[in-house]
Amino acid sequence: MSHGASAAGGAVAKPTHGHHDEPYVPVFAAGSAPRAKLDDILSRYPTKQAGLLPALWIVQDERGWISEQVMKEVGDVLGLTAAYVKGVVTFYTMYHQHPVGKFFIQVCTTSCCNCMGAEDVVKAFLEKTGCGELGLTSADGKYTVIEVECLGACGFATPIMVNNDFIDSVSVEKVSEILRKYS
Amino acid sequence: MSDQKFVNLTIEGRQVSVPEGTTILEAAKTAGVLIPHYCYHSGLKIAGVCRMCLVEVEKQPKLAPSCATTVAEGQVVNVYTQKALDARKGVLELLLINHPLDCPICDQAGECELQDYTFQEGRADSRYREPKRFNPAEDFGGDVLYVTNRCILCTRCVRYMGDVAGDRALCVEERGDRAHIGIAPDHDLSHPWAANVVDLCPVGALVSKDFLNKARAWELDRTASVCPNCSQGCNITLETRDEAVVRMKPRSNDAVNHFYLCDEGRLNYQWINRDDRLETPMVTGKPASWDAALAAAGAALKGGSAHVVAGASLSNEALWLLKQAAGVGKFRVAKGGEAPLPGVKDLALRADRAANATGAELMGFSRADNPLATAGKIVLIAGDDCTDLDTSALAGASTVIAICTVIPKGLPANSILLPIANFAEEEGTFTNLRGRVQRFLQARPAQGLARPSWMALAGLAAAAGKNGAFLSAEAVFIAMAKTESAFNGMSYDSVGLKGQMAAGAGVTA
Amino acid sequence: MGYPYKSHPRETPILSKYFGDPEARTLEGWQARGGYRALPQALDTDPVAIQNIVKESGLRGRGGAGFPCGLKWSFMKIGDGKPHYLCCNADESEPGTFKDREIMRWTPHALIEGCAIAAHAIGAETCYIYIRGEFTEPIAIMEQALAEARAAGMIGANACGSGKTINMWVHRGAGAYICGEETALMNSIEGRRGNPRIKPPFPAVSGVFGMPTTVNNVETLTAVPHILNNGAEWYKAMCLGNPKSTGSKLFSVCGNVARPGNYEVVMGFSFKEFLYDLCGGPPPGRKFKAIIPGGSSVPVITIEEAEQVKMDYEGFMEFGTMLGSGGVIIFDDAQSMPKQLARLARFYAHESCAQCTQCREGTAWMTKILERIVAGHGTFEDLDTIFELTENMTGKTICVLSDSCGAPVTSGITRFRGEFEALITGRRSSTVAVG
Repeated sequence: MSHGASAAGGAVAKPTHGHHDEPYVPVFAAGSAPRAKLDDILSRYPTKQAGLLPALWIVQDERGWISEQVMKEVGDVLGLTAAYVKGVVTFYTMYHQHPVGKFFIQVCTTSCCNCMGAEDVVKAFLEKTGCGELGLTSADGKYTVIEVECLGACGFATPIMVNNDFIDSVSVEKVSEILRKYS
Repeated sequence: MSDQKFVNLTIEGRQVSVPEGTTILEAAKTAGVLIPHYCYHSGLKIAGVCRMCLVEVEKQPKLAPSCATTVAEGQVVNVYTQKALDARKGVLELLLINHPLDCPICDQAGECELQDYTFQEGRADSRYREPKRFNPAEDFGGDVLYVTNRCILCTRCVRYMGDVAGDRALCVEERGDRAHIGIAPDHDLSHPWAANVVDLCPVGALVSKDFLNKARAWELDRTASVCPNCSQGCNITLETRDEAVVRMKPRSNDAVNHFYLCDEGRLNYQWINRDDRLETPMVTGKPASWDAALAAAGAALKGGSAHVVAGASLSNEALWLLKQAAGVGKFRVAKGGEAPLPGVKDLALRADRAANATGAELMGFSRADNPLATAGKIVLIAGDDCTDLDTSALAGASTVIAICTVIPKGLPANSILLPIANFAEEEGTFTNLRGRVQRFLQARPAQGLARPSWMALAGLAAAAGKNGAFLSAEAVFIAMAKTESAFNGMSYDSVGLKGQMAAGAGVTA
Repeated sequence: MGYPYKSHPRETPILSKYFGDPEARTLEGWQARGGYRALPQALDTDPVAIQNIVKESGLRGRGGAGFPCGLKWSFMKIGDGKPHYLCCNADESEPGTFKDREIMRWTPHALIEGCAIAAHAIGAETCYIYIRGEFTEPIAIMEQALAEARAAGMIGANACGSGKTINMWVHRGAGAYICGEETALMNSIEGRRGNPRIKPPFPAVSGVFGMPTTVNNVETLTAVPHILNNGAEWYKAMCLGNPKSTGSKLFSVCGNVARPGNYEVVMGFSFKEFLYDLCGGPPPGRKFKAIIPGGSSVPVITIEEAEQVKMDYEGFMEFGTMLGSGGVIIFDDAQSMPKQLARLARFYAHESCAQCTQCREGTAWMTKILERIVAGHGTFEDLDTIFELTENMTGKTICVLSDSCGAPVTSGITRFRGEFEALITGRRSSTVAVG
């Protein structure tokens, strides 16, 4: 079926659902530790679907990010479609849809931190990690820096997260020391 | 139900009484008021997200979403107060700030609810001065193209696929103004009923790839009809442009197909327009006049009993006349896989890929895998369903009469051919698998000298010395209703455009 | 004990008494500090009687809406044969608010006890504590405390030996402000997008998993054991202003202030005294300019207005704003209000769930206009558009996120119009202090 791109109001993008050459290794293989963990969590809820957010957390802990293949696997495990899982994954900003650096740095820049100089903290991280731009991973694959909305520690401006570590009261001066710890 | 409670309320000054639990939006319809809406669709679960259907309910401080608010006794609803109009105008402005306004190249133009309501209630201009959001279009598979920029996130498509089609193939991806309809790899809209999302989409975001750029909505003529592609008998609208069918759309009928039409049914229409048609009567390989051809055929039928092969796609009227002219016979039905639509009771693409097998059976015709197998000297073939049959059994036939829209393969050279219209070119009725008799109307002219099938068969009956004095399909139907018990008491008026169950039918439904 | 600063003598530390005391985190430590006294008694008491005590105390929801807690509990039909659920809202995401974080970090057992009592009071056997995903430390502490409480039989199949079942689980969020809205929170627990639901049906009728559900904020639930231990009268007596606002309240203070942190005062406390005495006033050499007193979703007021406020639900409303979640955001005279309000609008645009048209499109449009004004390309018409847009975004959507975007912005323009006009006419740049 041919269809003109112009009529569609823009270029027609082929779905970019790339297939990887390497065989897919499931996260929740029978008998695996992640599977046992998920099964334990599932016992807390009356529906399997309720295990979705916890399952995605397990995936992110195991794989570092949530690929479309994993979405399909999670869907299969919980009786959901991959599209449904994708809708949920993309709703929640903490789930990574792409691989990120070894240290994923989130700096709060919402107003309460903004008025305390959070933007300078972001700049310092971008410079000192070599990331250069928000969302890009440094050439050595170590760091990704993003701005994040309110982290809920407003009185301790500026809070940041490095992976799962929550660090508050970060100032420009402390950036180098933090990066030394995460290197 | 007798124990159903009714609620009285006032909508736009009109008193209405509706069953308890009805939404204001539905109640307003009974008062003749169509409250503008996008996300609401009576076949889908309520989402209440577009906020277009806001109305003012007296004594309530906030505007109410009429799709998600049930009626209450004594309620006074005002749809066109300044407050309600302002709110809806605001929604329309917001829906358009990132909309590409590409109506000139959008297939939905002319039947777009965004256009309609903007024209009706929207602002003349926009105050939006920022750059517009842009996302590429995406092929969703099946017959569906997603033009992201036109999407208003009403989520009808997501709800339809999940709740009605039972296949959560679509989702809302991302959030905020980055949100769009998403799909997963290896799971596209190839569900057999997926293309309904194109009809459900109130704007030009989900469009048919088949129909893309083919015609403007306002150039189309629309005719009430019945899908000929299986025995379910989904009600459709045949849409024609320059006398060619360019699109088949479902026509709502809660007793048959609700709002839906399967992909196979809706996309299988090109054959209606085929141009290799039988356009003149033929006798022994040469064009002949109708009078000459009917005379020849009539003479043959008088010469002995004919082996009758009927098409399961012929109308009830044509089948009845065939029975009058030459008696009942055999028919064959093409088969295919069943494909139900889980969210609607008793709706499926049926295995019988012909519209009127039930009609043929009610008339006394019987099924056969090879209806020509026992053919004798005189053979009468009516309808196209036999065009690809094994014709080796015809070797011993002295006369073959074929009443078709195209020339069947393998006929002896001395066959008599009578050209007829296809279902889109004539009027008639089909009987669906549950025994529902449904009318279809003429959408385009017959080709060449082809006659409506009832007219050709009436002529044949007369030529064979039977009663063939009918001046319209309706006259045939009236006569049929008198003699065929299944149709007793029915008329075109009683069948209407929503159909009527044949007598004795419906027990299997 | 205070945190991070020592308690001020004018504070009334009830919930925050052990903030900063790591020993209060353990079950043993908590019991030594008076913990788990109320729970066993409560489990032997008729649920409706507990509802009535809490009603009598005047405790109102501390998450932002201020709905009377006992009344909310009374909507749960005890003995209707359906499973009931309690959801503890620990999604604390409202900019300026960080009180629940400290409750969970320092006194996790206080919350567990509160949850268990509430669960009993509403006839629930299961409680989910929905903690925002970013709170990794509070999550770890809560998980540890729950394990201890379970092991000690405080909760579980036979809570405190009462024969009653109270299961309690942490459900981790994953980055969505809107999940602090109770129906979005329930959707999130169910494994859905965090979309708020249309009400009705209300949660007490059809909540999480379609069952009767109560959602309460962390601070609300933590106050419950104190009310049971000390009586409704004791709690009700804590009131310096309107009698409809009772008890102590944690206020989180952030932004341009000498001593940011959490402060617990009695309802009706003088905001002026609070700001200058407890919080230490503005940073050296600066002056307070504007205050958003109840988390970023409430209207901004000037310092002159703030100085007259009595800190309770009604007191803030008198000045056109709200107590909200008690997150006090302070901007001093070095801050550009247009810039800060643009940043706030961006927050809402980022967090909109995308359901309602006004919110999805409106928050993003509002942000673009404000950012253009801040960049020096604004017009006077833009200000009018913002007001009309806000009108359009207010009171018309499923939840109030859309309203929350407009409220601080329009109140800010009304009160600090000069700063916007200065940017529009090109007299000032947004990065230079305006004062």
